[in-house]
Amino acid sequence: MKTILKDSLYTQVRGKILRIRQLTELEKLFEIALLEGQSLDHEPGQFVLISIFGVGEAPFSVCSSPTKRDSFEITVRKVGRLTSALHLLEPGDEVGIRGPYGRGFPITLMVGNDILIVGGGLGIVPLRSLIHYIIDNRRNYGKVDILLGCRTPQNMLFGDEVEHWEERVDVDFSCTVDQADPEWTGNIGRITSLIPGINLDPHRTFATVVGPPVMYKFVIQELRKKQIPDRQILVSLERRMKCGLGRCGHCQIEHLYCCQDGPVFTYEQIKDIKEAI
Amino acid sequence: MKYLTLKKDRFNHFIGLVAKRHIIMAPVSKGYNNYVFQHVTSGDEIALKYIPTIIPPKKYFMPQFETLLEYDKTWGENMNAIVDYEGMVLFGVHTCDIEGIQEINIVFSDRPKDFNYLARRSKIIIMGLECNEYCDEFASCCMMHNYLPDGGYDLFFTDMGDYFYIHVNTQLGDEVVESLPVFEDATGKNYIELGNLRARKREIFKNEVGIEYQNIPELLERTKNSPVWEDLGRRCLACGNCTNVCPTCFCFNILDDVNLDLKTGKRTRMWDSCQNEAFAKVAGGENFRKERSARQRHRFFKKFKYTVDRFARFFCTGCGRCSRTCMAKINLKETLKQLKEETIQ
Repeated sequence: MKTILKDSLYTQVRGKILRIRQLTELEKLFEIALLEGQSLDHEPGQFVLISIFGVGEAPFSVCSSPTKRDSFEITVRKVGRLTSALHLLEPGDEVGIRGPYGRGFPITLMVGNDILIVGGGLGIVPLRSLIHYIIDNRRNYGKVDILLGCRTPQNMLFGDEVEHWEERVDVDFSCTVDQADPEWTGNIGRITSLIPGINLDPHRTFATVVGPPVMYKFVIQELRKKQIPDRQILVSLERRMKCGLGRCGHCQIEHLYCCQDGPVFTYEQIKDIKEAI
Repeated sequence: MKYLTLKKDRFNHFIGLVAKRHIIMAPVSKGYNNYVFQHVTSGDEIALKYIPTIIPPKKYFMPQFETLLEYDKTWGENMNAIVDYEGMVLFGVHTCDIEGIQEINIVFSDRPKDFNYLARRSKIIIMGLECNEYCDEFASCCMMHNYLPDGGYDLFFTDMGDYFYIHVNTQLGDEVVESLPVFEDATGKNYIELGNLRARKREIFKNEVGIEYQNIPELLERTKNSPVWEDLGRRCLACGNCTNVCPTCFCFNILDDVNLDLKTGKRTRMWDSCQNEAFAKVAGGENFRKERSARQRHRFFKKFKYTVDRFARFFCTGCGRCSRTCMAKINLKETLKQLKEETIQ
């Protein structure tokens, strides 16, 4: 007996692509509005499952701030089947959306504290949502430091926004590249080299770290040297969520389901978990 | 509470009567000591003595392939969420598999509730069947406290030699049997005979591993870095048989099936296995459980530790299917024994 199921957990909401921006050779930024006009209502650090029927579904961090309510943005690096199919879409095309899912950055707990944001490579994508949110609610937070690192200046995502952050008086921004080119005038070296120079009050600081797995260990070491408490170091972990509902098992990190318990964890939660990073 | 008896010579008649109103799924012999749950219409087809079926009756609650959505892309990303299910009577479910069904039940009834599962479950009537002795040497149902019935069924049958003793556990179960003219009410004598049978069973069924199950989570925690896992990793073929036959494994994948018109199709939920190499792999190529030893350890922890923390229940029923099916002869009982020995040394 086949019947329509009203309360299915897998129901897709239709979304329309408003704008597409080529960020680098491999990454595109998609601005998407839900077709019924409702807001996605996410928190910085949460993710959505984007679907193209016939190809499949995959998780993406929302990289726009919830303060922007009419549409949301995702950044997609072309690496697999679904991301390649997404790269072929044009403004006006539709995608299916489930979510938002997971636990984002604890923006309410972070109020009144200094914020240190450390992003490596694609890690800037989920952090961008947080950065925009903090800038839009700037008065609620103390000193804000943003540190970004990437392989080469060509890999730098959101270059125009980065320039904007550099100019702002209310955030301290620095970035570094592993390999420079002749036009590069900024720092060269690992992102860890930027941390010792930061002046902060550890007990009043929340540090958020997102980047490739290899980066976490070294950045967290530096942050602990600065005596930031483990529960105030936040990381966002990448896993292949298939259901987003804490069931399918693909995103499981020992007893934690990254899609529901994360993707943002405190370092305290994961420091004894071998599989985490 | 209601207790009935059914004379053995009326069993075929009983199945025939139920089959008039319900689809019956029951264990059937396939030769070479292999059994499967499948559709039956007469009592002759049913294997009343059987070792755990190749695939557990989980397949009726969480089918290997299940359509979640049907889509039509002609005018945008349109879809209908659907559930495809049929009502049935599941006859002859052993206590280990009843426990397995309850585990799956907890996972999919937990919030957010899975309505595909709940719709399907509501149409399945479970008739249990007691094991009077061990099925074979792979079982560890005594260690897992599952060799005696403990709820989870609508009716429960115990083979008493020339008759069945039947426990009517639910109203739903009563509705199936009350109109059928084949039963007699159980007498005090029947009840005493059942007591004797259970007492005999307590003599036969002994803890198969020598570990109290409440101590297994701690045992695993202490042996997380044990060479036993490396040994399993060397032997494991990563075929995924152990998880496919497990009555409590519930991990899945979601894939799309496209029709020939390239516009319509369906989204399907299908069984997946944490033993597959790509299970925990992410887009950039990073694999968080690359080693087979890590994946085998994950399986054991998921049966005896993570699920205990999350659902306050062991996700091993002691049915022995994983050990019975393993081509590399990885044996759950042996592995637990080895881990235990390691903590003694």
